[in-house]
Amino acid sequence: MTTAQETIVLRGHIIDSLILAKALDLILMMGGSFDLDQVEIGRTREDQSYARIIVRAPTLATLNHILRAIQPHGAVVEREYDCVVQPAPADGVFPDEFYSTTHLLTEVRLNATWVDVQRVEMDLGITVDLQRMTARTVPMADVRKGDLIVTGQAGVRVIPLQRPRERDVFAFMESTVSAERPHSHVIADVARRMRLLRDERRGGSGQAKVLLAGGPAIIHAGGRDALTWLIEEGFIHVLFCGNALAAHDMEADLYGTSLGYALTIGHAVPHGHAHHLRTINRIRAIGSIRAAVESGVIKRGIMAACIRDGIQVVMAGTIRDDGPLPGVITDSMQAQAAMREAIPGVGLALLVASTLHAVATGNLLPAAVPTVCVDINASVPTKLADRGSFQAVGLVMDAASFLNELARQLGRSM
Amino acid sequence: MSRLLICPPDYFDIEYEINPWMRRSNTVDHVSAVRQWHGLMHVLEREVGAVLERMRPVPGLPDLVFTANAGVVVGRRAVVSRFRYPERQREEAYFEDWFRSAGYDVVTLEPEFFFEGAGDLLGFSDCWFGGYRQRSDIRVFPLLSDVFTREIIPLELVDGRFYHLDTCFCSLSGGELLYFPAAFDTDGQEVITERVPEGSRLVVPESEALRFACNAVCVGKHVVLPAGCPETERQLQSRGYRTHPLPLDEFMKSGGSAKCLTLALD
Repeated sequence: MTTAQETIVLRGHIIDSLILAKALDLILMMGGSFDLDQVEIGRTREDQSYARIIVRAPTLATLNHILRAIQPHGAVVEREYDCVVQPAPADGVFPDEFYSTTHLLTEVRLNATWVDVQRVEMDLGITVDLQRMTARTVPMADVRKGDLIVTGQAGVRVIPLQRPRERDVFAFMESTVSAERPHSHVIADVARRMRLLRDERRGGSGQAKVLLAGGPAIIHAGGRDALTWLIEEGFIHVLFCGNALAAHDMEADLYGTSLGYALTIGHAVPHGHAHHLRTINRIRAIGSIRAAVESGVIKRGIMAACIRDGIQVVMAGTIRDDGPLPGVITDSMQAQAAMREAIPGVGLALLVASTLHAVATGNLLPAAVPTVCVDINASVPTKLADRGSFQAVGLVMDAASFLNELARQLGRSM
Repeated sequence: MSRLLICPPDYFDIEYEINPWMRRSNTVDHVSAVRQWHGLMHVLEREVGAVLERMRPVPGLPDLVFTANAGVVVGRRAVVSRFRYPERQREEAYFEDWFRSAGYDVVTLEPEFFFEGAGDLLGFSDCWFGGYRQRSDIRVFPLLSDVFTREIIPLELVDGRFYHLDTCFCSLSGGELLYFPAAFDTDGQEVITERVPEGSRLVVPESEALRFACNAVCVGKHVVLPAGCPETERQLQSRGYRTHPLPLDEFMKSGGSAKCLTLALD
């Protein structure tokens, strides 16, 4: 794990002279690593080139050793500055030049010390506490007038994603999306990680949670039993969904249908279109999903498993919801805040069959969290990648097939 | 017409040790040194046809005789050296005075940028090479590249005996290069092979490199070099150069030879 880093610059005719190559070789040979942060290559022979390089080493001593070795070759340590902060001009408003975060590990320099920014998340601001020497991300809506907000780029550094030690599908860290790609090895890697995380939690050696954000297609397509089994077996610890997934899950329990289609015989039943409304109405009458499960009205399924196993559920409403069910958060900013609260500790994220929840969850996740996005439509994982969640592995396949195969690999007998 | 800056060896001696050749115990035979220096100047003036510009020697500055380290001159612009060792830093003011009095547009570097003049900056019309690591600081070359609008390829000098570029690298007027590859690291050797075509690279054997065969003065088709380098002479002659071997061993005691005793002014 990298612990020390410094930014250096090289200038001059550094390409043809192999000076850049020599400096990079030295860094690697001495046990360091580097990122070429910026390279400008001269267009003519007279033009000089420029390279800005982030040098990393496992210890400060090794870093200093490396810096001493590359300085004779022209490497100059870039002067560092504290980050520049400005007070927020009003509640919910950042200063004009606010620094906009990425979902990568970030540090800010306060009083000549580099401090980790807490709660890594993209598209937020950074607020600092100069007395406590702390920094954390802050959503625009949550900023209060006078909060000190980091502005500009000076004194901020972003640590690129380190390649995970595991040699699995997540090690590539690239969101290639292809319907033609074989799925089984991706699902096998996901299963391996889920088993590891569950075993660590059970053995007390780890606390990392598995998050599933899902859409109602899980129920329609026939993935309900598999997901229920995954929850009951302790493989999933946080569920993000909307009104629909919960409603159709409980509709299936009460009526054996999903959006009016009989799940076992596969066609619409008379008056089936109203089943989800009757389900929602029933739960509203009872007062909560928890009460419905505990009173025995809802006996099986995803929501029942979540209640019984103490799974953290965040249900975020949308503009076209029926009902909604009790517990669905209809204020989207409150829903976002509730989801954000559930993110710390997530060690694996499965985004299954929901454009809305996949992108919303992707926006909240640090890049270091391995993420799989499963959708029958390739545009969903593509959209997720386009919105910046480059670490997500895209699987173009049916939600039920994914969940059934995942459960099978984790030991569920079909 | 080739003009060279020279400085008579009136006070030449070994008063300190700042390179592997210098031994204070290795006494300079002053009469012999003066004779050798005049012999060199005679050849340069009479046989090679160079015009010599003399600067006045200064008591207490024994190495002022090595004018190659005064700075580097292109056209009317001169960049004055910044010596690494304090023993030679006292020469800087005298070289600067000479450049100013001769009417050059003088460029001075910040004190922390060590640069030892034409001793570490040599090359061809389109591309220059800068020696670093022993004396000059690599960071000076981007600055000089800005001043002269030239490409300057830094070459790491890895053998302390070849402490200036001009002790192991000599660009000739016909585009050939006389050099001793082992004075450079593998990157440097690779860069030289990239830039100088195979037929133009004249490799000096180690025994002659250690006699400073590369510390030669090339003016037109004349090459003035230290005596005792027959293989180097043979190679030069095969390329059509007229060689002028001269005894300069008194100056070798200080780690210098023909080239170190001159600075090309144009």
